[in-house]
Amino acid sequence: MMATTACFIIVSRNDIPIYEAEVGSAAKREDAAQLHQFILHAALDIVQDLAWTTSAMFLKAIDRFNDLVVSVYVTAGHTRLMLLHDSRNDDGIKSFFQEVHELYIKTLLNPIYLPGSRITSSHFDTKVRALARKYL
Amino acid sequence: MAPAGPRFGDAIFANVERVNAELFTLTYGAIVRQLLTDLEEVEEVNKQLDQMGYNIGIRLIDEFLAKSNVSRCVDFKETAEMIAKVGFKMFLGVSASVTNWDADGTCCGIVLEDNPLVDFVELPDTCQGLYYCNILSGVIRGALEMVSMKTEITWVRDMLRGDDAFELQVKLLKQVPEEYPYKDDE
Repeated sequence: MMATTACFIIVSRNDIPIYEAEVGSAAKREDAAQLHQFILHAALDIVQDLAWTTSAMFLKAIDRFNDLVVSVYVTAGHTRLMLLHDSRNDDGIKSFFQEVHELYIKTLLNPIYLPGSRITSSHFDTKVRALARKYL
Repeated sequence: MAPAGPRFGDAIFANVERVNAELFTLTYGAIVRQLLTDLEEVEEVNKQLDQMGYNIGIRLIDEFLAKSNVSRCVDFKETAEMIAKVGFKMFLGVSASVTNWDADGTCCGIVLEDNPLVDFVELPDTCQGLYYCNILSGVIRGALEMVSMKTEITWVRDMLRGDDAFELQVKLLKQVPEEYPYKDDE
């Protein structure tokens, strides 16, 4: 039961996107991908306000656009994992975020990776896509 | 004296001071990272790591001989076993195995299945020529040079490049006879 639309991005603490992936099962369309990024970037302001009001890392459904919902996971270092989705599977999304968070930490611990730079590792990409298939 | 072997290395390892593995791994990582930034060329970084290892090795051999209490090795085969089973265990906490001997016993491979230096590490495309653990080859080269063996050490397998283990090829170039600084009549 994979989500038909899902767009996942990681935004560094300096508001720079460091990883992007379209992980939905719907056919890829370029204008849709651009729309997804637009919605996610627009949601960043809301994340900024919300992040300091709660100690929880997982902020669910903070913004919506038609039938698309934005859920966010804010790490302690204020890196934001953002997911745009049309499914309502909260538990799956939470697990997805938690496991991607672990992957992200592993990437951070790689001495050759510079924090805040783009994540280019194909290993990371493969793992994220596998997690998306599993949980979303 | 206890016989050389895996247990022998374990016994010494149990008695040496240790540091947290992550601290060690990340410290080494920070050094490599800094070298990559400073020197820019991957080849230069390999050379520098080897040189740093050499400088460690020429000191470490004394520590090794003092703590391990081993006697003189009779041949290069025993030396290689000693490095793999006692040396690696003592300073890195893992033991290695010795394989791939050539016919005249001057060239072998030291295989590391487990290497604490490379936890977390993944080489990006820009660093494909990097021998991340090149410090180890320098350490062995330096240590052996202090006990009169000139060696040449190269990596033949590297897990960071997709191989199934780490393998160092150790080639004995020549045994340097011990030299005395003064002649008898001086």
